[in-house]
Amino acid sequence: MITSTVRSRLVLTTLAAFVLQVLPLPFWLAAVRPPLAVIAVIFWSLIVPRVGGITLGFVTGLALDVYRGSVFGQHALALSLVVYIAVRQHLLVRNKPLFEQTVFAAALLFASEAVSWAIDGWTGHAAGGWIRWLPIFVGSLLWPLTAAWQASENRARR
Amino acid sequence: MSSAPATSGLSNTAASRNIPSRRAPAGLRFFVYAAISLSIMWLDQRGGWLDTVRFTLQAVAYPLQMALASPAAAWDWTRENFEQRTMLQQENRALRERLREFELLAMRRADLERENFELRNLRSAAADVANRWLVARVIAVETNRLRQRYTVDRGTVHGISKGQTVIAGEGLVGQALRVGPWSTEVILLADPEHAVPVQIARTGQRTVALGTGRDSELSLPFLPLQSDIREGDLLVTSGLGKTLPAGYPVGSVSAVRRDGASPLAQVTATVTAKVDRDRVVAFLWFNPAHPAAPPTVQPITAPPAAAATPP
Repeated sequence: MITSTVRSRLVLTTLAAFVLQVLPLPFWLAAVRPPLAVIAVIFWSLIVPRVGGITLGFVTGLALDVYRGSVFGQHALALSLVVYIAVRQHLLVRNKPLFEQTVFAAALLFASEAVSWAIDGWTGHAAGGWIRWLPIFVGSLLWPLTAAWQASENRARR
Repeated sequence: MSSAPATSGLSNTAASRNIPSRRAPAGLRFFVYAAISLSIMWLDQRGGWLDTVRFTLQAVAYPLQMALASPAAAWDWTRENFEQRTMLQQENRALRERLREFELLAMRRADLERENFELRNLRSAAADVANRWLVARVIAVETNRLRQRYTVDRGTVHGISKGQTVIAGEGLVGQALRVGPWSTEVILLADPEHAVPVQIARTGQRTVALGTGRDSELSLPFLPLQSDIREGDLLVTSGLGKTLPAGYPVGSVSAVRRDGASPLAQVTATVTAKVDRDRVVAFLWFNPAHPAAPPTVQPITAPPAAAATPP
């Protein structure tokens, strides 16, 4: 029963993050907008690795592909990989200090964007310059803000 | 420290963690999902086998797109309703003046068209090359370095087809890229994957204008150093490339740099259509009987590097 409320919270927050990630914004705001859906997926994979699981990453990625019109399966692959690493390492990472958690999250964000970037390049799409990586840095800086939320989630599950 | 698949063997641990059922290990699940991703990527790239799937999913995404566009639409509506009376009167006066100007121009236009066709030795004056258009509202805008796209609220049920020309009041906007049932993704001129054959209106020199991914900015990378081009020159479509008739305004040259290091001039241009402000665009249909009409609408999936060759 705990799992079902966790599941509904997981679905709702991921959906909200997805909407915020694809919401049309002016050029410069969009350039620094962090990949919120990816952050939400990483967050839930670390907290409750068995509720969402790799399916969560795959479905969110596929939704991003549909909405963005990118190569079909591009974000699905990137997010599946990210969730797989997060699920494998969640016990290690959860016990680390905040700084190390942030480094881990930044590495995952970077990995997901690197997969997207490689696929863009291989399929002959525009791969973009340094500005492509800007949202990753913003997203990494935002990670410590999830610490409070993370603590409340852990309390709720104890 | 044990990870997820290692604990799946210990039923005690699993039970204490509120797990409804045992699942396949993470590694296997990842492998399966990665295989699915890679195969749909392959299918999507080869021959567009997933076109129907995309078409369906675009229909599914449409309500969400409309919902996301509604705050902006509501804001526009509110602003229009609360605009001052004097402002409306001013706008009305300006529009009336513009209309009078256009009426004067249109009077001469019919005559000029007839004269033009006589000079070109054609039997009778054909109708205008663009014989039908459909107004569409922009419901989503994506502008970043990788993509410059619009989503508009017209699709196949309104007769839109892939590659169709999209214009706004001031000039060319782009082409229909992915057409769904009720919505269409339009690739803008400034998209880094878009290239359009253009002509410098003043000199007639032909070249290709590529999108840069920056707001309303085009680059003309294939002009030799000594070519006659200066700031403010108007670029129009050249009619090559078989998708657009000649003569639609594309952009105006904003900067010309010539340095000895490169045999080519570095020219940038600004898109004429006010892409960042327009909320309304129009799809064009061409009269196939007209000599200037493009022969067939070609798909535009070729990358710009392959499509563009130096003049």
